[in-house]
Amino acid sequence: MIKLADLKQGEEGIIDSFSDTEMSLKLMEMGCLPGEKVSIERTAPLGDPIAISISGYLLSVRKDEADTVLVQQER
Amino acid sequence: MKDSKRKITVALVGNPNSGKTTLFNNLTGLNQKVGNFPGITVEKKVGACQISQLASTNIIDTEFIDLPGTYSLYPKSMEETICSEVLCNPFHENKPDVNIIVADASNLKRSLNLATQVIDLKIPSILALNMMDLVESDGIVINVESLEKKLGIPVITINARKKIGIGNLKQAILKFENQKLPEDFVDINNISKETFEGIKEIIGLKINDFTCLQLACNIKSNKHYSKVIKEQLENVLEENKFNPKRAQATETVRRYKSISQLLEECVVYPKSSKNNNLTQKLDNIITHPIWGFVVFLSVLFLIFQAVFSWSSLPMDLIDQGMANLSVFVSEILPAGALNNLIVDGIIAGLGGIVIFIPQIAILFAFIAILEDTGYMSRVSFITDKIMRGFGLSGRSIIPLLSGAACAIPAVMSARTIPNWKERIITIMVVPLMSCSARIPVYTLLISMMIPSEKSWLIFNLQGLIMMGFYLIGFIAALVVAKIMKHILKSEEKSFYVMEMPTYKAPDWKSVAITLVEKVKIFLVDAGKIIVAVSIVLWVLSSYGPSNTFEQIEQKYELEENSEALIASEKLEASYAGIIGKSIEPAIRPLGFDWRIGISIITSFAAREVFVGTMSTIYSVGDSNNSKSIKEKLMSHKNPETGEAFFTPAVAISLMLFYAFAMQCMSTLAIVYRETNGWKWPLIQFVYMSALAYFASYVAYQLLK
Repeated sequence: MIKLADLKQGEEGIIDSFSDTEMSLKLMEMGCLPGEKVSIERTAPLGDPIAISISGYLLSVRKDEADTVLVQQER
Repeated sequence: MKDSKRKITVALVGNPNSGKTTLFNNLTGLNQKVGNFPGITVEKKVGACQISQLASTNIIDTEFIDLPGTYSLYPKSMEETICSEVLCNPFHENKPDVNIIVADASNLKRSLNLATQVIDLKIPSILALNMMDLVESDGIVINVESLEKKLGIPVITINARKKIGIGNLKQAILKFENQKLPEDFVDINNISKETFEGIKEIIGLKINDFTCLQLACNIKSNKHYSKVIKEQLENVLEENKFNPKRAQATETVRRYKSISQLLEECVVYPKSSKNNNLTQKLDNIITHPIWGFVVFLSVLFLIFQAVFSWSSLPMDLIDQGMANLSVFVSEILPAGALNNLIVDGIIAGLGGIVIFIPQIAILFAFIAILEDTGYMSRVSFITDKIMRGFGLSGRSIIPLLSGAACAIPAVMSARTIPNWKERIITIMVVPLMSCSARIPVYTLLISMMIPSEKSWLIFNLQGLIMMGFYLIGFIAALVVAKIMKHILKSEEKSFYVMEMPTYKAPDWKSVAITLVEKVKIFLVDAGKIIVAVSIVLWVLSSYGPSNTFEQIEQKYELEENSEALIASEKLEASYAGIIGKSIEPAIRPLGFDWRIGISIITSFAAREVFVGTMSTIYSVGDSNNSKSIKEKLMSHKNPETGEAFFTPAVAISLMLFYAFAMQCMSTLAIVYRETNGWKWPLIQFVYMSALAYFASYVAYQLLK
């Protein structure tokens, strides 16, 4: 299991759990639920934030926020 | 026939970017009132509409309230708190009779999280499935009937931009009283059965588990129940070791599970998802490490061009119009104090307000377009990293840079920043950016200091110094932001995460409405304060103690062409003159004399007034007023040294003063309006004046 922020651009994963409760509540209501497929769509020019694709739309997340999401990497 | 007894209150609820506001604009047009919710700077938009009942002549008054966009009923910001308060507090003054839940049908899963939460509050609701065109082009098929059955509320498909389905929606509103409220969408009883039972016992009303959960999670911000009841409720939570965060998480996961099941039954997704090709292609350019910034700078350039050059013609016309008006009024009214008050006090004050309309309108047209198309979230995406270091976020960049045109619309546009702390910091530093009103002051002082032909390498030296002052303003804004980042405490946990919506063509009607609303807010809310201050300033500069003014007039009675001299001496003898003289000891270390003191006082109205006041006051010794203001200033001698008074040290010190000082009552008035009180405008005034004094002091002492 790795942190969402550690996925490389274009890589896909499945959300497993969260390491920060407060952040997880915000992410979950926006559709980032355990079991959902997530992929890194883009990285901002300066490396942060990143744009993730989840259930059909784009979310822009700061890296430290993406660090709180643990994903199973798809192989 | 008008049914006077009935008035329906409808709340519009939905996710950000769901098209809620477009629908609101379509339903109410310009028939809306924009204000703040009491005691808080969350925009409250209320609009009216009359719906005529089908197959009858009844016309029913309907009031719509556009609630701030949110993803759930668990508030994480001021906006979201308002939204859940209005919906969950049964005694709220804006409590709706019926909700319209606006859902982006192409993102149904996430939309239904909020939608089913609202349904579980047991208020009659209608689900408006918006953006049906996108659904069709994506190849998604939604079975509306079965969705209606499963949710237990009416579902209406609409396209808010193209005004499709609005009529059906209106008719559905009228039928709200016949709505049978559905059963709870998710069963959450076992999250904390004892807690819910305890709450029900205390409240005594028949409420469901979800309402109990809402109350339990938001007990601290609850404004409805008395202290005694709240204490009782808190005891219940403590007894049962209720953990609001875990409860929320469990509830959300369960809700999404039920939604997934429901979607499987009601929606057919195409096998291969087409993904938004256009959005992807555009994002390849717009968020590109190089092209992204090229596009951003081009957009900025366009905005600046527009705000500066497109607004100059209407501004000149307004200026001319107000001048004509004051001549006209001063001629038809009998000469005297009333005439002067109306012409030089009130009309001049009004002129100082309406002159800003073109800039505000143009800037907001652009900002509305950028928001509406989805570009704003990309600007935020590419600039966030830079801005974060200064306690700001990518959302602050447009307000901050707009400040280089005019701080007023810039402060107003800070509303788009969702985080309170970032918004306050942005508002506090925006006036440090060199706005267009500083240009006349800088131009005058630079041209006195440096002959225009002087250059450094290939650059014109005057231009270089001007640019330097723009830079100084920008750097000061960033430094102050950085300092405030450490001083300001925020209880609100800040999230950056936000949606990057697909690109859309702007909805011109919404753009037009935004623009009209913003101008209206400025004219009405800030206008009152500006007119009041203008009148005070006018009294200060046109009246003096007892009969000093008469003596001046008598003195020049026999001389010809003495108007300029009279004006100058009167200003010196006025209350403003007296204040200017009395502050001289304080501003002496900055290299200023009482004449500059008077100009600083009068130019509190607006920075560019400085030039006019200086021109009036330096008319002494120029009996036929033939010299230009520059010549007047340059010929002024320092009484102590006998040399020119305006040395480069004085000019630099004065420019620094105008770079930093809060010399603009209109900005203060709008900050008051936007922060809902005098606290922040006062802090802003004090810190900026202190900064200006300090910078001028250091510069003058070093350079003299």
